[in-house]
Amino acid sequence: MTSLTSTSVEGQRPPRSWNWVGILPFLLFSSAFLLGPAIILLVRSLQANEGGWTLGNYRQLIDPQVLEAYGLSVRISIVTAVVGGVFGFLLAWAIIYGGLPRVFRSLLTTFSGVASNFAGVPLAAAFIFTLGRIGMITALFGFFGIDLYDSDFSLYNFWGLTVVYMFFQFPLMVLTITPALEGLKKEWKEASENLGATSWQYWRHVALPVLMPSILGTIILLFGNAFGAHATAYALTGGTLRLATILIGAQISGDVLQNQGLGYAVAMGMVLIMGLSIGLYTILQRRAERWLA
Amino acid sequence: MAFLVLDRVRKEFGGSTAVEDFNLAVEAGEFVSFLGPSGCGKTTTLRMIAGFEKPSVGRISIGGRDITNARPNERNVGMVFQSYALFPNMTVGQNVGFGLKLKKVGREETQSRVNELLELIHMPDKGDSYPHELSGGQQQRVALARALAIRPQVLLLDEPLSALDAKIRDELRIEIRRIQRTLDITTIYVTHDQEEAMALSDRVVVMSRGVMEQVGPPFQIYNYPETRFVASFVGKLNQIPGVVIDSKTVQCGDERLQTTTPIEESPGTAVNVMVRPEELDIGAGEENQLVGVVESVNFLGAIVRVRIARGEQMITADLFNERLLELPEVEEAVTISFPAHACWVMKAN
Ligand SMILES: Nc1ncnc2c1ncn2[C@@H]1O[C@H](COP(=O)(O)OP(=O)(O)OP(=O)(O)O)[C@@H](O)[C@H]1O
Ligand SMILES: [Mg+2]
Repeated sequence: MTSLTSTSVEGQRPPRSWNWVGILPFLLFSSAFLLGPAIILLVRSLQANEGGWTLGNYRQLIDPQVLEAYGLSVRISIVTAVVGGVFGFLLAWAIIYGGLPRVFRSLLTTFSGVASNFAGVPLAAAFIFTLGRIGMITALFGFFGIDLYDSDFSLYNFWGLTVVYMFFQFPLMVLTITPALEGLKKEWKEASENLGATSWQYWRHVALPVLMPSILGTIILLFGNAFGAHATAYALTGGTLRLATILIGAQISGDVLQNQGLGYAVAMGMVLIMGLSIGLYTILQRRAERWLA
Repeated sequence: MAFLVLDRVRKEFGGSTAVEDFNLAVEAGEFVSFLGPSGCGKTTTLRMIAGFEKPSVGRISIGGRDITNARPNERNVGMVFQSYALFPNMTVGQNVGFGLKLKKVGREETQSRVNELLELIHMPDKGDSYPHELSGGQQQRVALARALAIRPQVLLLDEPLSALDAKIRDELRIEIRRIQRTLDITTIYVTHDQEEAMALSDRVVVMSRGVMEQVGPPFQIYNYPETRFVASFVGKLNQIPGVVIDSKTVQCGDERLQTTTPIEESPGTAVNVMVRPEELDIGAGEENQLVGVVESVNFLGAIVRVRIARGEQMITADLFNERLLELPEVEEAVTISFPAHACWVMKAN
């Protein structure tokens, strides 16, 4: 104890502050991996493939093919965000208020932590092995005389990809909404009961409105999460499902029909959409913090 | 029959008893405080009246109706929480009107009732503010208005002022009593602050470890405590050890003390003579006298607190301050005196 105290006295710093050193890694990191690439992206998107400045790349964004890719990306992101969000919320609610045993809670939290990061090639492979045309579950269904692929279902179309995305979407919802659910004060429920509210009325008039900014914010987060995903879709469909990210990949590094300038412009469009979502997310998050603090 | 009745109420959590054999009859319009140290079961008792806890044994009734098993939302009681517990997503007006909305009261009637209550809590122009825009004291006023809006039969407050700073606390304390008198509403007030309990209540219930120690008006509780716990928990108290001589006299060291309260213990029993600091005077007196040496003199404004050493023992005397008061000097030998009616005797533990 004595030695500890004396070191701290000797270690007294001169008034000059070195605190800024602490954020140096952050500044370096953000300029290397965020700001830098964004600027390069902007510059490239304004350059013609033959050299020289142009707005032509952006004019090509209204090409039906490009719009369709954006549309598909937005649609799949909205569907997986909303469905994953609602499902994840209900699951988190069941864990906290549904009286599930405590074991379930830690089990699900751990699972969510892992699953929300499980994406890309391994995820696609896992699904192909289970729900693919010759996957285990498909085979199991077949054993009972049900041919999954007889219906419209396929792992390699819109709904197939939706199911696969769900695997990391709903765990992310569970992870981010759990603290918000835990932030609901017991006294709010008691105060509303005391004023004559039923459990349903409490959820309808107090709990859900209080949680709404968190729920919407997280759904936007899920939207961004799906919107930026590339590897999973590529590994699963080999590029047959034309998402915006896959289009960018094809334009920038594909073998045929390459058009780098367009690729960069499409990417800039995505940055814009992502930026809007992050802005909206921040606004909602701020409100949520004020209420649930 | 009294308005709010708790009849042999008992509450157990797991194996341990939080409240034991609680019997209380509160008259309509009465203001009763539950006073006691932390963990003595005040909140638990209040929550049983509100319906958030079910008594393990016993009955509770309001206005002749047995509510022991009624759900919280089927009772007509208003509750104010220590943490205010305002709904953050609603304005002040919406918070106050929430109970009426649930009761399907019409829009206009709700509005006029809300305005009436905002007037009552002196916040007529805050109806559109959100809770996070208000100070703690303002939030608690709104919480009070919200609880009162539904015209509850009983108002319950659980340490409503303990999260506020001293000045606001004093102000709001007066406000609560004023509003309670205006509406003539039966009120139960939980606190561990004896001054608060004394200042507000018609009657105080002193509790310790789940048991009611004494019930009575503040004057009674303070001046005629029935148990050792009440005597030492409420107010400051000098306890002077001695041995019983007869039904009026106790030998304390070299001195003999007289009391007019008959001593029940038999001669030879070890007892304590109890006397409040404000009953003591410095200087010779006609009845009881003790000698000692001044240890410290603290000037506290309205009173001067003098601590006097009598051998090993410390005696505190609170002198009422006045311009002509002659303050004793530290280390001065003094005589302390008090009348025989000021003290009483309790068996030593
Ligand atoms: N839900 C519960 N489960 C188990 N024990 C409880 C529960 N609620 C209260 N107790 C116990 O009951 C006893 C009385 O608690 P209570 O909250 O009524 O005390 P209190 O007088 O309000 O104290 P404080 O002044 O600290 O608020 C305590 O020993 C407490 O630990
Ligand atoms: Mg309490």
